[in-house]
Amino acid sequence: MRPLLRFLKNYRKELVFGPFFKLLEAIFELIVPMIMASIIDKGIAAGDTSYIFSRSGLIVLLGVCGLCFALTCQYLAARCAYGFGTELREELYRHINALSFKSIDRIGTSSLVNRLTNDTMTVQNGVNMFIRLAVRAPFLVIGAAVMAVSIDLKLSLVFFAAAPLISAAIFFIMRKTVPMYKKTQQKLDRAALLTRENLEGVRVVRAFSRQQEEIDEFDEAVDELADCSAAVGRISAVLNPFAFMVMNLGIVAILWFGGIRIDSGRLTQGELTAFTNYMTQILLALVVLANLIITFTKAFASANRVSEVFALEEEENGKEVPSADADTMVEFRDVSYAYEGAGDHSIKGLSFAVRMGGMLGLIGGTGSGKSTAAALIPGFYRATSGEVIVGGVNVDHCDQAALRHLIGWVPQKAVLFSGTVRDNMKWRKEDATDEEIIDALKTAQAWDFISRMPDGLNTHITQGGRNLSGGQRQRIAIARALVGKPEILILDDSTSALDYATDLKMRQALKSDMADTTVIMISQRTTSLKDADIIVVLDDGETAGIGTHEELLGSCDIYREIYRSQMNEREGRKDA
Amino acid sequence: MLKTLRRVFSYARPYMIYFVLTVVFAAAGISLSLAVPVFIGNAVDLCAGKGRVDFDSLKPLVIKLGIMVAASALFQWLMSLCTNKLAFLTVRNLRADVFAKLQRVPIRYIDRHTKGELSSRVINDIEVISDGLLQGFTQFFTGVITILGTLIFMLTINVRITVVVVLLTPLSFIVASKVTKATHDQYIQQSKLRGRMVGFAEEYAGNQKLVNAFVFGERARNSFSELNNEYGRVGTKATFFSSVTNPSTRFVNGLIYAAVGLMGALGALGSFPFIGAMSVGKLSSFLAYSNQYTKPFNEISGVFAELQNAVASAERVFSVLDEEEISDDSGKEELDKCSGALSFSDVFFSYTKDMKLIEDFRLDVKSGQRIAIVGPTGCGKSTIINLLLRFYDPDSGSISVDGKDIGEYTRDSLRSRFGMVLQETWVFTGTVAENISYGAPDASREQIIEAAKAVHAHGFIKRLPEGYDTVISEDSGLSQGQKQLICIARIMLMDPPMLILDEATSSIDLRTEQRIQRAFVKLMEGRTSFVIAHRLSTIRSSDVILVMKQGNIIEQGSHDELMEMGGFYAELYNSQFAS
Repeated sequence: MRPLLRFLKNYRKELVFGPFFKLLEAIFELIVPMIMASIIDKGIAAGDTSYIFSRSGLIVLLGVCGLCFALTCQYLAARCAYGFGTELREELYRHINALSFKSIDRIGTSSLVNRLTNDTMTVQNGVNMFIRLAVRAPFLVIGAAVMAVSIDLKLSLVFFAAAPLISAAIFFIMRKTVPMYKKTQQKLDRAALLTRENLEGVRVVRAFSRQQEEIDEFDEAVDELADCSAAVGRISAVLNPFAFMVMNLGIVAILWFGGIRIDSGRLTQGELTAFTNYMTQILLALVVLANLIITFTKAFASANRVSEVFALEEEENGKEVPSADADTMVEFRDVSYAYEGAGDHSIKGLSFAVRMGGMLGLIGGTGSGKSTAAALIPGFYRATSGEVIVGGVNVDHCDQAALRHLIGWVPQKAVLFSGTVRDNMKWRKEDATDEEIIDALKTAQAWDFISRMPDGLNTHITQGGRNLSGGQRQRIAIARALVGKPEILILDDSTSALDYATDLKMRQALKSDMADTTVIMISQRTTSLKDADIIVVLDDGETAGIGTHEELLGSCDIYREIYRSQMNEREGRKDA
Repeated sequence: MLKTLRRVFSYARPYMIYFVLTVVFAAAGISLSLAVPVFIGNAVDLCAGKGRVDFDSLKPLVIKLGIMVAASALFQWLMSLCTNKLAFLTVRNLRADVFAKLQRVPIRYIDRHTKGELSSRVINDIEVISDGLLQGFTQFFTGVITILGTLIFMLTINVRITVVVVLLTPLSFIVASKVTKATHDQYIQQSKLRGRMVGFAEEYAGNQKLVNAFVFGERARNSFSELNNEYGRVGTKATFFSSVTNPSTRFVNGLIYAAVGLMGALGALGSFPFIGAMSVGKLSSFLAYSNQYTKPFNEISGVFAELQNAVASAERVFSVLDEEEISDDSGKEELDKCSGALSFSDVFFSYTKDMKLIEDFRLDVKSGQRIAIVGPTGCGKSTIINLLLRFYDPDSGSISVDGKDIGEYTRDSLRSRFGMVLQETWVFTGTVAENISYGAPDASREQIIEAAKAVHAHGFIKRLPEGYDTVISEDSGLSQGQKQLICIARIMLMDPPMLILDEATSSIDLRTEQRIQRAFVKLMEGRTSFVIAHRLSTIRSSDVILVMKQGNIIEQGSHDELMEMGGFYAELYNSQFAS
């Protein structure tokens, strides 16, 4: 919570004056019963009609002022809350953009999204309610008590017995129910999860004839949900009736003892009425307070989740700028990497060097560490031991933006963003010309189909690129990385959705159009890597072989095995 | 609307007793609590002034009052318990019903809706029904009782002042509805902006790594900032306007309070006979009533808004429940043993009437044959599987297993004869072992490990933090290939006479695929199997290869025969080795 307080800094005025105006309204609200008491005691007793009229007018006047004060407060509250929320989101998003991949992995992107949106909005609402109600409710309680004391100290003892009793009840009920609400929410989440998974796997569920089991499991989940909600309901249902009872019994006590005090002349009839009025006001204020506590508990939970993001490390940024024309563009020196929390290293003692304009191939099975090795080059992750050197500089000491400007990255999963094709193509270079964009699209074998679309570069892409086929998406994702001719191009198994003919054409185009670019290519096809200057065969993170295609055929069993399995198919073709 | 309401309450019928009790307790609790101010007023009147307090009458009155208060609290508590019970049980049943219904609707229905949309009906919409209809109903009901009760009590005290109060209350209503109207547009604008901002966050923060890789952060921040500021601006306005309601109605209530005070005081003076006589005590109880009388009006207007939401939600939920179900299987034959001989005769099928897909499809498959289906995307390969497993039924023509139309068997028994692996992997939240034994819940740990070993998944599973007991889910960090291996292991545990592999190894690297292939070959021995594959290497040894294009089989034969023909298949096949 504390790290978020700084976002309130610019709203000190609102934070002070908001509750202040609310306070004024509450004071006026408290004066009204006093005036009514004076109407009864003075106006009625003395038969003074004009006094009654003037006092009634005063009540209306107080009401008008109260309304103005309240509106001022509401306005200040809204301004403060939304101003706070906006600044908080702004800074949170800046921070998210500066996070290291390790930090992102720790929370997960979907959770980051939730915290950036839902959680900040919950906190924002909490601030709003805080200004609007947090002062009003306790003040009404205290104010009513003070007024009571000023009327009759001894009689006001009833207040001091009743108010703590109710407060204690609220406290205990909250302490019990807040964790239970959380549990109920978890049960509801579970029912939601079961539903979603069931729908997603509907074919499997029915193919395996597991409908009844699924229904049973869901029934169990909703039973638990109902039990949980009922348990919370049972406890929280006590609150209102209990408060009602204590307050009204307080009034009963006031009537009795008040009667005694009136009899001895120390209290008037009107004051007695005022007394009972204050008692009711306290009751109402406390009930509001109880509801407020629920809002605050939620806001606190959200605030903590947001604070957790702020506590994540930002990416370390060095000052050195890697050279764009070093002889050796990428070099690994005995590099090992282990993901956080993973028992084993994903890469162990990897060493290789690629010259400028050269090509490195990475091949190996699922989970062999290929992608991890590639992710170390742009400094997404930092080697646990050993050195990764790009453009003559250890990536640990690089200015990250400068480093990444050298690199064109094509991820395994081709994600595009909503907007036009042109918007997507400007990711690497903001001021790219259409000419540059079309060149890149041509190299990636994407211009063919884009030029045939009626809107060409202005074709709208929906979120994630779902209005394109997998192959089209992949080609655009490749082209996106080529705009502005990066010094280093990383293709992380990025051609899996392309047919062999297109894949070949693209590789040839890369070679001729991007001759100076150093290429790091991850692939499962030996044919794709045949022309690489150096191929690294990874097996479970270990280097199983390193060398050219010809060398590896002679020296590396695994490489031979992969190659043969693919060549067998070729033989088959020749047989036929 | 009434029909929908009636239907929601029909779900509450089994819990009628709670409903009745709610009404009884509410009536008892509220009328008791309403009587309290009268007694207080009487008590005040008994304390006329110094030396004039009537303790003999005050004592029993105070005791009675205490008992009433306690009883009223008890009834209010019991009422909440009953409402809770009613709401939670009704909602529970409604949810269970909708979920069960989803197991019986045709796959067609589920395919047509997004999963998020359907699951939101089961979860969110029903939550809204619970809040709006059931709890709203009690609020409405207690509100009405309170209004009627206070009216009666006020009338017994003073008819004229009551009339004034009744005439003034619509003010509160008018103010509230005016504010609501003014706020509505802003709210819509705010929720639109909120949606856009959440959408942006999902897209960009959801792909944060890509944003970092392209050093796009600065630009993303600018766009976000723009949305965020706009949202802040509109949100401030919308929130302020909506927060005007409470102080405004409070103000109107204050006016009523003042009017009652004025008239009551004048009445007590006796100088304005048309108001009627009034004692100080009566005035103080009247003041209390006028406060209580206006409160439920505000609540009820809130309830109406929620009610509309709830009815809309209920209609969405009922539209699922009213969906046509798949035809009844009872009385149909169980497909116990089958040789695996299959035939399609004159099958016509399309998903939508205006887009023809499969036309006059014929195919005879002998027991134990391996059939491969190849062709470009959208040619109807997966449709064949939809038809075989009766996820969809053909428009005309018939598909038979062992010479009998598959429509004559129960769906469950038919499907249990097939082992199926789909391209879209499906793992659910549960342990690895649970996921693998999904089709054979009784499998022992040894059998599960055996199956995992057969598909070369044992290695990575062993490396997971808790091995086979590691809880996995769709987004728990397993790669697509690893999930696919788990799905394949699933059918290894079963012993189905027929197999369907729809792009089953598309995400698995070639070397692992080669190894799994051996396991597949073993599994497919003597079994009729259908294989759909993108990589043609996996299907070369099939007995029959069907080449499909636009819903029709355009070529059919063994690999060698098709290569000989030099047609579409040969073209597809050769393109993968061009270098």
